Amino acid sequence: MIELKDVYKTYTRKGISNDALKGINVKVEKGDIFGVIGYSGAGKSTLIRLVNYLEKPTKGQVFVDGHDLGKYSDKELRAAKKNIGMIFQHFNLLESKKVFDNVAIPLILLKKNKDEIRKRVLELLEFVGLGDKAGSYPSELSGGQKQRVGIARALASNPSILLCDEATSALDPQTTRSILQLLKKINAEYNITVMIITHEMSVIQEICNKVAVMEEGRIIEQGSVLEVFGHPQHPTTQNFVKTVIQNSITNSMQKSIKREPGSGIYKLEFVGQCASEPILYKMIRSYDVQVNILFANMTEIEETTLGKVIIQLKGDTAEVNKALSFLKNSGVGVEEVEKHDVNYSYN
Amino acid sequence: MMSTTVTTDQFMQAIMDTLYMVGMSLFVGSLIGIPIGILLVVTRPGGVLESKMLYAIINPVINIVRSLPFIILLVAIIPFTRLIVQTSIGTSAAIVPLIIYIAPYIGRLVENSLLEVNPGILEAAEAMGATPFQVIWYFLLPEAVGSLILSLTTATIGLIGATAMAGTVGGGGVGDLAIVYGYQRFDTVVVIATVVVLIIFVQGIQSFGNILARKIRRY
Repeated sequence: MIELKDVYKTYTRKGISNDALKGINVKVEKGDIFGVIGYSGAGKSTLIRLVNYLEKPTKGQVFVDGHDLGKYSDKELRAAKKNIGMIFQHFNLLESKKVFDNVAIPLILLKKNKDEIRKRVLELLEFVGLGDKAGSYPSELSGGQKQRVGIARALASNPSILLCDEATSALDPQTTRSILQLLKKINAEYNITVMIITHEMSVIQEICNKVAVMEEGRIIEQGSVLEVFGHPQHPTTQNFVKTVIQNSITNSMQKSIKREPGSGIYKLEFVGQCASEPILYKMIRSYDVQVNILFANMTEIEETTLGKVIIQLKGDTAEVNKALSFLKNSGVGVEEVEKHDVNYSYN
Repeated sequence: MMSTTVTTDQFMQAIMDTLYMVGMSLFVGSLIGIPIGILLVVTRPGGVLESKMLYAIINPVINIVRSLPFIILLVAIIPFTRLIVQTSIGTSAAIVPLIIYIAPYIGRLVENSLLEVNPGILEAAEAMGATPFQVIWYFLLPEAVGSLILSLTTATIGLIGATAMAGTVGGGGVGDLAIVYGYQRFDTVVVIATVVVLIIFVQGIQSFGNILARKIRRY
């Protein structure tokens, strides 16, 4: 469990102060895969470094497993850090040491005996899929393999928390996917709480269950990934969501829409079970309305299907209203698009 | 046919003296200089053992010693040399100023080598909860070894140059031979022989340093 309470961080250099974090409140529950997303300079790097106290807050408190890190002595803090693994964008492996020795380092720091270290390191390398690379140097590995070594190293001391600092930002999409699957496996098999910072919404979509969106040192939106993806409130969040979910009617389609009297445009939202039922079909069969689908998209988030459809309904007002209440009663989110809204995009 | 007044034995003795002076001052100079270099890196602002006071003392002291040309340092510290080795002439007397000369130089070179280490690695070390000593021993030094070897190679070559002036206090060595016999007695053969020997020394040391560094780096 990680909790940041009203945290501020100000850097002062040559008399000029720069507020990196302005009142952050975050709670990460045990077993969460918590994503923090934001553009460069939003303060997410600073945020993740507060969790293992690589950065100390100017104001506010950081709790890990219920303990206030600010109350720890240097020695206690070092012990606490061994419970928090961290992986980095640029891996930060020792280039002069073999893969085996890189993974062994946290155990050497813990003064474990040689046999124990050997057993644990080989087991970890096997787990991350690098059983045959113990004797290689990092320079002989690909980016994805280096990150696997980083992960094995971070897990060596059996931490309960894993911090990922842009861990996939230097990797290609396919490698990113395999690393994310590995993180998911770690979360599931060892029940390790994972905190990820990223600027890629696809990372959040792929493995996170909770997300916080940051901008200019503040968290502008947070909640379950399904909530935030389904109903992004803030423009920045909407922009991030757009990067993974196409959510607006194509231009040519927009031009061809005829807004006639007795017709209306509606945004429909299907979540979970209702996305797999033939609701629109039933509606058309039961009511005398014409349906014109302008846009449709299905996305899977947290293993739940999220469907977004924009339709134009034509027909007698009474029939249209009946059809709309049928949709609402079937659990579909319905929202009429304002006449003057020419954008017809989802947010 | 050119002739020379220097015997082969004299020449061999001069080579041995040079090697002895370089070897001893490099050894002791490293024992002092490497810790100084480490101290400079760890006590500097943002270092793992940041100490404004210590850094503010070591840094200028090194600059002061480093700003003295060796020939001046050599004579300036004669009283100190006498205190340490009970004499102010001879090979041993030359070693004391050579150490004083080379230790701060090594300190600076070591500092530069250590500063080259990727700061991300030190961050990883800190994230693992390593103590400052562990950061130095398990992260900083191993990552800098290749570069440190090259730094010591540079220092060794600097020392060979400095030993040429050791003749001023009767320290001997090939440099002394070149001045006393070659320059003052117009013995061209000695000058040429000395130059050849020095070139071979420097080339040999540099090549050895390069090979060793490459072998250790492996990347």
